[in-house]
Amino acid sequence: MKEIVVISGKGGTGKTSITASFATLGGRDVVVADCDVDAADMHLLLEPDFKTAEDFYSGEIAEIDQDACIQCGKCAEVCRFDAIPVIDGKYIVQSLDCEGCGYCARVCPVEAIAMNLQNVGEWYISTIKTGSSMVHARLGIGAENSGKLVAKVKNEAKRIAEEQNRELVIVDGSPGIGCPVVSSLSGANFVVLVTEPTVSGIHDLKRVYQLVRKFGIKAGCIINKADLNDSVAAQIREFLNENDIVHIVDLPYDESFTEAMTRGKTIVEFDKGELYTLIRKSWESIKDIVISQ
Amino acid sequence: MKIAIASGKGGTGKTTLSTNLAAYLAEEETVVLTDLDVEEPNSGLFIHGNLINQEDKYKMVPQWNSEKCILCGDCQKVCNFHAVIRITDSIMVFPQLCHSCYACSELCPTGSLPMIPEKMGELREYQSGNLHFVESKLDIGQEQAVPLIAQTLRYVDDKFSEAELGIYDSPPGTSCPVIEATKDADLVILVTEPTPFGLHDLKLAVETMRELKKLFAVVVNRYGIGNDDVLDYCRTESVPVIAKIPNSKRIARLYSQGKLLYTEIPELKAQLDKIIDYLRDQSWRAAS
Amino acid sequence: MKIVFTAKGANWESAIDPRFGRTDYFFVYNEESNEVSTVDNRAIAETAHGAGPQTAQKLFELKPDVLITGNGPGGNAARVLAQGNIKIYAGAGDMTVKDAYEAYKKGELQEF
Repeated sequence: MKEIVVISGKGGTGKTSITASFATLGGRDVVVADCDVDAADMHLLLEPDFKTAEDFYSGEIAEIDQDACIQCGKCAEVCRFDAIPVIDGKYIVQSLDCEGCGYCARVCPVEAIAMNLQNVGEWYISTIKTGSSMVHARLGIGAENSGKLVAKVKNEAKRIAEEQNRELVIVDGSPGIGCPVVSSLSGANFVVLVTEPTVSGIHDLKRVYQLVRKFGIKAGCIINKADLNDSVAAQIREFLNENDIVHIVDLPYDESFTEAMTRGKTIVEFDKGELYTLIRKSWESIKDIVISQ
Repeated sequence: MKIAIASGKGGTGKTTLSTNLAAYLAEEETVVLTDLDVEEPNSGLFIHGNLINQEDKYKMVPQWNSEKCILCGDCQKVCNFHAVIRITDSIMVFPQLCHSCYACSELCPTGSLPMIPEKMGELREYQSGNLHFVESKLDIGQEQAVPLIAQTLRYVDDKFSEAELGIYDSPPGTSCPVIEATKDADLVILVTEPTPFGLHDLKLAVETMRELKKLFAVVVNRYGIGNDDVLDYCRTESVPVIAKIPNSKRIARLYSQGKLLYTEIPELKAQLDKIIDYLRDQSWRAAS
Repeated sequence: MKIVFTAKGANWESAIDPRFGRTDYFFVYNEESNEVSTVDNRAIAETAHGAGPQTAQKLFELKPDVLITGNGPGGNAARVLAQGNIKIYAGAGDMTVKDAYEAYKKGELQEF
């Protein structure tokens, strides 16, 4: 069982649309994991049934029992995050500022502070339109995207792939370079980098690739909207060449991507021409690389 | 006036809007533009100026001093983030996991974990005429954006306390970094696109703003693609839509080259005028 | 030698867990006494951060001579493991524990 992770560094390059297309082409051979938990969108294209839903807990928030509190102020004194202001003479923890370190609870002389585990989201196991399974999630507002929910989604997807004897897990990864991406990349057999030929695109590609290189995972790149800027596209190809990143395909700038999305379809269900052919060929190449590893 | 530019979905045009708005306003007045998307800051690709200042930014992390340590292991017990552990006869610190709460350091009975600064990123300040631009970048391998965002905000508050207008380019999403970047804003502009992904993520962003009790308004970018569901949603929810930037391959091309757009694209300039009128009008301050 | 494998189950036919920090189980084999035991590490899923060091700590308690795993420990875990005198072998990711043991005895695994 192999794992393909699709990331982009920069948002808006078409990562999710492309991942959903691969999932559609993969059909019952793949289990899908939507690890872009801070703004999960794959479900808008794959018609999941949300069969199973589970609460997700991560991190703690301090809570002061006002009846037990003796207003000594020790909690506020030790809090480095200014999370315990005095409001109407009472010490009240501001949950959006509380980092969950527990220091205040440890120093409270009357043990009036409880550290409560936070319900920060939900994760789901669904059957999608291809008949295959998808694991996805929703992270709550202001939650710390520590990578834990990402790890949960991935592990469940892998578990299902093993149970159902599926060859591949395809992961829609998180943007950026922080914990959630690290969590998305962990254990990947192949990384697909989706980029666009813009100065922002190449800048973020190089940054996120530093992370991929640290992990030593084989990578390939899809240049989306490739004909938007020939000069930057050429720079990207040079970067790929210098770094032994497989140049998977160039996709032309095409508003079909948006039209397909607007109709709740992946591009490969909507377009049957050039785009379909290119994406299908990409999927076949990726599968070849991964399965031969 | 502090205006934050945020979005639920990435790639909707936050940086395009914040850079063009800032540059346009700076033609007439002093503006401070701050890029708080510290994991992937892009404003500096479009705004160029003279480098005024460059600073390494540090977060405080504990460092083990073995001299007086009695290996009691209290440090491990009090760390909620598993950043300090006792292993055989030494104490190990994992700085990337540390949230700088100081609990281990201050509760250590022998003072064996003093806090030391560790570099987490860099801040750069530029100036071009009336436009002051501050950008912070998180070092690769650093996992937490919030401490750098917080320090950048403090830098800008201290250095530009007299400035009338600050524009803050936020990270995408609805998690901690966005909360940190928008919490002191007077108004948050949410940039979206009129597609199912745009709408879905806008709803999350609106929920977030309401939770934070922030005043906000919406700008629709790439207007013309997709459908009108985003506009319908805003109407139903009484969310003001203050501008609609048209979809245009020409805009996409100029953007791809790292160029500012408003001087070349009159329709964009017209929409920026609408936004500026809304900001100056300030009737939004009365809403709550 | 006392050998610990990162595993997905509790017996010789179980698959090696390619991960270290978030491995499901440790499968422990003592060559001298021919004894086998397992340590359930699945609670690590509750940990947002610092899984590597925590699991490494658990490993140290077993006092192994050899660790056999798939991808090798990540950065944080590797730092902790360097504190002990454990020989680490990677590359067993697609094998069963039994096959991994045989590969190790034949010198086919890579030292980490």
